[in-house]
Amino acid sequence: MSSPPGEPRKIGYLYLLPALVVYGLFLLYPLGRAVHLSLFEWDGISLGKFVGLSNYADVVADAGLRAAFGHALVLIVFYSVLPVVIGLALASVLQRARVRGLAFFRTVVFLPQVVAMVVVAVAWRHIYAPDGPLNDVLRAVGLDGLARGWLGDYTFALPAVGVIGTWFETGLVTVLLLAGMARIPRERYEAARLDGAGSVAEFFAVVLPAVRGEIAVAVTLTVIAALRTFDLVYVTTSGGPGNSTSVPSYEVYHRAFELGQVGSAAAIGVCLTVLIFVITLGVNRIADRGTA
Amino acid sequence: MRAPAAERFGNYLLLIVFGCFALAPIVSIVVAALGPDDGGSGSSGLGNFGKAWEIGHFGTYLRMSLLVSVSVVVASVLLSILSGYAFGTMRFRGAGVLFYLFLLGIMMPTEAIVVPLYFDLRTLGLTDTYWAVALPQVAQSVAFGTFWMRAYFRSSSRSLVEAARLDGAGHWRTLWQVLVPPARPALVTLIVLVFMWTWNEFLIPLVMVTSESLRTAPLGLAFFSGQYTSGFTLLAAGAVIVGLPVVLVYAFLQRHFIAGMLEGAVRE
Repeated sequence: MSSPPGEPRKIGYLYLLPALVVYGLFLLYPLGRAVHLSLFEWDGISLGKFVGLSNYADVVADAGLRAAFGHALVLIVFYSVLPVVIGLALASVLQRARVRGLAFFRTVVFLPQVVAMVVVAVAWRHIYAPDGPLNDVLRAVGLDGLARGWLGDYTFALPAVGVIGTWFETGLVTVLLLAGMARIPRERYEAARLDGAGSVAEFFAVVLPAVRGEIAVAVTLTVIAALRTFDLVYVTTSGGPGNSTSVPSYEVYHRAFELGQVGSAAAIGVCLTVLIFVITLGVNRIADRGTA
Repeated sequence: MRAPAAERFGNYLLLIVFGCFALAPIVSIVVAALGPDDGGSGSSGLGNFGKAWEIGHFGTYLRMSLLVSVSVVVASVLLSILSGYAFGTMRFRGAGVLFYLFLLGIMMPTEAIVVPLYFDLRTLGLTDTYWAVALPQVAQSVAFGTFWMRAYFRSSSRSLVEAARLDGAGHWRTLWQVLVPPARPALVTLIVLVFMWTWNEFLIPLVMVTSESLRTAPLGLAFFSGQYTSGFTLLAAGAVIVGLPVVLVYAFLQRHFIAGMLEGAVRE
């Protein structure tokens, strides 16, 4: 890290103090307490019992929790992989074409990012309802056999939640990639074309390497969003049917505040935090290596 | 160089299809909210909003959301200006380590801290209060705000600071009279982001609050959607009421939303 400008000043501590106090009390201290609580078996009321790392062992051993982390992996495909693939295709076509109305398009596809997740959940719960618009469309085109209560179906509830993720992450990823592609100098395309590259070869030779950093950011943001799916699951399915849509963040809430397994909930929270740190650092390291 | 007509047509088709895909769920909820009430209250059109407002107690929820959002924005922006100023323009021992400590907070998921926070605040008798909803969110926003304002102050002109110092301005006056006024665009971005995050936050109020009078708008909507089962129209109207404030701000300041959410992430 390069040294900040300005001369040495002790007064800096004083400017820092108020932020540090609030931050320390309401974020850092609770994180430490989460680690502490995760070592206990505690129902939130009576005296806790020290159990060492057994809550962490459960994250691997407990079938329900393993399933929750497995569901998060499925959601990563919908939240991250699909939007990045769609976003890359969409952004490279639009960037090449230099179509009019791109600014308006950006505003529209980014909109799902700013709508409260509870509102999104209410809208999609209606879309997926047994007598909702999706089934109406399916019946109208003669696919009656496919119509079902999507969120109540053991097979389709998780993908249905995933598609909502694809819906609100694709816009973010596309806008991010468009910004990255706009920075590619015109000459590079021309050089590739002079070499006889078609649009596909041009994509792999020019576009993809140039937006490595943007892809890393997109992957980081969307994977974290997938791991932190709470509001959506809470409102659309409550983890059901059965536990087919339970995810780690939902398990944190469910265990701490509905089942009285506070230690286990804290351990899941700590695991989520570690996972998010590792992914953020890992993805950025890979991207850095690519540009270096 | 002009693309062939067929290709251009294809491109516009692509724009329209994806634009519709992004808009359809939002439009469907607005359309449902404006239709005749399928719950049998006899209202329709804009009357649905009044009906939903009344049945769903959205007035109470919106007031709480407004109170929480405004105070979280004011507190976290002020604290972030101060801490960003320290990190961005001053040198002191431990600045690097302390800054990384703040970066940690940007990545830390609410899920990890909400459990211990609830039980510790309960011990202090602070759960089910305004403070339990607002203070944790101030802390979260300060983590990002510190990072954001530090980046701004580091990029702002050093000669400006030095000129102010030659004029005899102290560090306090340098901050407020020299550095903050030109920081307006960066501040607007920070304000709209914190406003959006706080307005849309769900897990913290869900865990901290039991009294109906302290529910925020998204929390109130979630309860309304669980309890009101006689139709979709009024629920849709409630959803529009809850989503609208942020969407309105977005309509006017979308550049700030997009730039903030993308740049904030890129610089991580």
